[in-house]
Amino acid sequence: MHQAALLGGMIHDASHYGWKVAQPPHDWGKMAEAVQNHVKSLNWGHRVQLQDRKVKYFNFKASFVNPHMVCGVSKGGEETLLSADHIVIATGGRPRYPTHIEGALEYGITSDDIFWLKESPGKTLVVGASYVALECAGFLTGLGLDTTVMIRSVPLRAFDQQMASLVTEHMAVHGTRILRGCTPLRVERLSDGRLQVTWVDLASDKKDTGTFDTVLWAVGRVPETRGLNLEKAGVRTNPNTQKILVDAQEATSVPHIYAIGDVAEGRPELTPTAIMAGRLLAQRLCSRSSDLMDYDNVPTTVFTPLEYGCVGLSEEEAVARHGEERVEVYHAYYKPLEFVVPERDASQCYIKMVCLREPPQLVLGLHFLGPNAGEVTQGFALGIKCGASYQHVMRTVGIHPTCAEEVAKLRISKRSGLDPTVTGC
Amino acid sequence: MSAAYPRLSSAAREELRRRLLGLIEGHRVVIFSKSYCPHSARVKELFSSLGVDCNILELDQVDDGASVQEVLSEITNQRTVPSIFVNKVHVGGCDRTFQAHQSGVLQKLLQEDPTYDYDLIVIGGGSGGLSCAQEAAALGRRVMVLDLVVPSPQGTSWGVAGTCVNVGCVPKKLMHQAALLGQALTDSRKFGWECSQQVKHNWETMTEAIQKHVGSLNRSYQRALREKAVAYVNSYGEFVEHHKIKATNGKGQETYYTAAKFVIATGERPRYLGIQGDKEYCITSDDLFSLPYCPGATLVVGASSVALECAGFLAGLGLEVTVMVSSQLLRGFDQEMAEKVASSMQQLGVRFLRKFVPLQQLEKGSPGKLKVVAKSTEGTEMIEGLYNTVLLAIGRDSCTKKIGLEKIGVKVNEKTGKIPVNDVEQSSVPYVYAVGDVVEGQTELTPVAVQAGRLLARRLFGGRLEKVTGTVQLVQKLSSLYKEEPVKRRSPWTPTLASLLQVYHTLFWPLEWTVACRDSNTCYAKIICSKLDNDRVIGFHVLGPKAGEITQGFAAAMKCGLTKQLLDDTIGIHPTCAQVFTTLETTKSSGLDITQKGC
Repeated sequence: MHQAALLGGMIHDASHYGWKVAQPPHDWGKMAEAVQNHVKSLNWGHRVQLQDRKVKYFNFKASFVNPHMVCGVSKGGEETLLSADHIVIATGGRPRYPTHIEGALEYGITSDDIFWLKESPGKTLVVGASYVALECAGFLTGLGLDTTVMIRSVPLRAFDQQMASLVTEHMAVHGTRILRGCTPLRVERLSDGRLQVTWVDLASDKKDTGTFDTVLWAVGRVPETRGLNLEKAGVRTNPNTQKILVDAQEATSVPHIYAIGDVAEGRPELTPTAIMAGRLLAQRLCSRSSDLMDYDNVPTTVFTPLEYGCVGLSEEEAVARHGEERVEVYHAYYKPLEFVVPERDASQCYIKMVCLREPPQLVLGLHFLGPNAGEVTQGFALGIKCGASYQHVMRTVGIHPTCAEEVAKLRISKRSGLDPTVTGC
Repeated sequence: MSAAYPRLSSAAREELRRRLLGLIEGHRVVIFSKSYCPHSARVKELFSSLGVDCNILELDQVDDGASVQEVLSEITNQRTVPSIFVNKVHVGGCDRTFQAHQSGVLQKLLQEDPTYDYDLIVIGGGSGGLSCAQEAAALGRRVMVLDLVVPSPQGTSWGVAGTCVNVGCVPKKLMHQAALLGQALTDSRKFGWECSQQVKHNWETMTEAIQKHVGSLNRSYQRALREKAVAYVNSYGEFVEHHKIKATNGKGQETYYTAAKFVIATGERPRYLGIQGDKEYCITSDDLFSLPYCPGATLVVGASSVALECAGFLAGLGLEVTVMVSSQLLRGFDQEMAEKVASSMQQLGVRFLRKFVPLQQLEKGSPGKLKVVAKSTEGTEMIEGLYNTVLLAIGRDSCTKKIGLEKIGVKVNEKTGKIPVNDVEQSSVPYVYAVGDVVEGQTELTPVAVQAGRLLARRLFGGRLEKVTGTVQLVQKLSSLYKEEPVKRRSPWTPTLASLLQVYHTLFWPLEWTVACRDSNTCYAKIICSKLDNDRVIGFHVLGPKAGEITQGFAAAMKCGLTKQLLDDTIGIHPTCAQVFTTLETTKSSGLDITQKGC
């Protein structure tokens, strides 16, 4: 859906590049069907793969009976008991509903629903400050929908805050309304079927209302541990987060029971990490290897309208760990070449490399805000894994013309106070 | 007791002599010294007390110190250090220098004003030339840049900043983007955008927008030169005698300038076929980006990246495109990737005529059309075709013929037209240097020229007399860091090259292509690892969208010693194309299927 939104932007650009096209309307239903069909084909693909690998697939909801036995309940209600030597819990999480807000459950939807809507969500209020909230608000805006994001305190809390504010600044400039420091009080349905949301501005204590077609909650996710009857197996969870406690081998408090992915405590909630953790665990269980998962320097990308790719430490984390005196931050505001013809605003296109100050200046973190951020960041993540230093990166010849080359051209440090705007071709 | 001096080959001797003369000519005071030598210390102290900046080469601290000492003795008849030069005059050793100081001769020598108009004149205001000039100016030198574009046979000309900005990287990428946007329009319908089915492209709108941007770059470069106090002259520069050039402007007016040092950064221009009608009827990349009319049905002659990139975007804009290739595509690139590039272009409708060359004549066919007769390179077959435009992209020739190099003895490679330089960019004439495409053995890329220009200026004027270390990595556009897969050769007593390499590869289907229903087996990723070196990644190739953005980071990682293990240990960013490199499993040698399942 992010791609659909980006394509809308590209249609706009296209006319500047000579294509005789007027900005067309967007048909949500057509997009949703195409996206949903692809997802269904992936469902199918996975089923086939399981079959090919001779994995028995049960469409059951499982819970523990005892440490070695699980009870699986089918859609029809039939129960089956299954026992195993090893059990891996990978139940993930589901979006949280803020049930303390009146009407939240009855009238709001979550990311579980948005991708499956057959009809356009219309004017939408997204509540939350996570990347889920911003990504959804981002593509909804890009598809031409009136979109508001309500953030209680700071956006993208776990990320570098300078980058987070550039991300939201970009969204605000490009049509998403952002309400900062507000929190909803209640959601009511009006006679015409629309939703009325009442919220309070936490600073002024003033109340306000707004009318929306859809309210999308993106206020965090809860691990799927409640229905598992973990206590029957003796598996312990973190009482605050409800996530399952695991060690470096992904083992729970019960030696033969493991947990991977979003349901495990202290793990980054990312697909590729879960995939790799699962694979390595399986290899260890079959005694094929003893490799443990390395959760350090996991790269990621936030797919907001202007994408943010990052790997390693945020500037705040680096300073906290090493002290401001021992950290050097190189940065640049750049303009993607493709932006010039359609005169796109590049004010938030920004790169920041956080290094140790001491030569050879080991790279601690890289932050890239711009188009195709994921593609740009992946290779550099590998560089960091190889122990790249600022010297290494600077000695790499740039590929011209790209945005990624700007990383290899970072010269201005924050400490110097010089203007970090890139000039010249 | 005399130390044994290393035997120098005559070529090496000549080379060293040239370098030393370059140093002596280029600095006010040069002291050849040894760090532990007390006489050298006295001399250094003397100049320091006089407040005079010196360039000091400590012979005991450089690898070729003994050779330097030997060649110095040939130049000066003095074998020992310290050996002092003031304004190119050899003063002598420690005793003679103090004598000269006492008698007042030293002060006279020091007072001599530089006899040249400029410290540095750069001929050619492109990527390499401008970077060198600006860096030299930043180091406080008086610098001039001469740049004048000789109009193409079709009459096209442009402003300052060279090929990249005016008729290369920049307009090329923008036209490529225009073509990609055309594809995006097609994709967008599948994503729910109600675009009309047949969207037409207007060539003039595009070129106008692109030229507007190019013009703004010309102006911003001129501004930068002014701000850095670099004298920019829109004139054609050529040598008339040592240290002197003649600058001829567009009106034919001639002015003369002198400089202590020169940098030749004149780059290249497209080559013509050398057959009747070629200059009259054909265009090149020099003309394409500002062509005032749509090129229509185009024949692209050539197999270079320029040829394929132009053919690619012309097809993407909806034009009928044919590419005529005499032999190999993308010579110098991994040939498997080159073939994949070609077949992906064929999927877009580009027609390839392989192993043909245009024959003797090009002539006007019906109004607005050109008739091209071509003959096969492998037989007697002849073909004929009618096109609106013929675009020649068969290579580029260095601009070294008409700049008076023979007048001052700068050696040029007769065959290639390029200027051979040593590892400090110095030509056969000590005070003349060269950077960019005009240099023999230099990879023809903007960032390479820019970096070379900058480092050269620092070396010449930053006071540090070191060689540049560090290799430049070959980085190319579509398929990237290249290490050609060797042809499998069998020999009874030596291991095959191929067996020392492990190639991992996969086809992949970008997520954005799924809903757009684009082919699932076009995009391809390949890495080449050295088994001898812990499966170190020595080659990286990707065919797919955003290849440049993907490759850059991997280039940096390869510089840090990337291995297959590290790739496997790294988490992919999901969902991207780049992440495919973190999950490569299939080796070529296994022969296993890498086809992706489509819709």
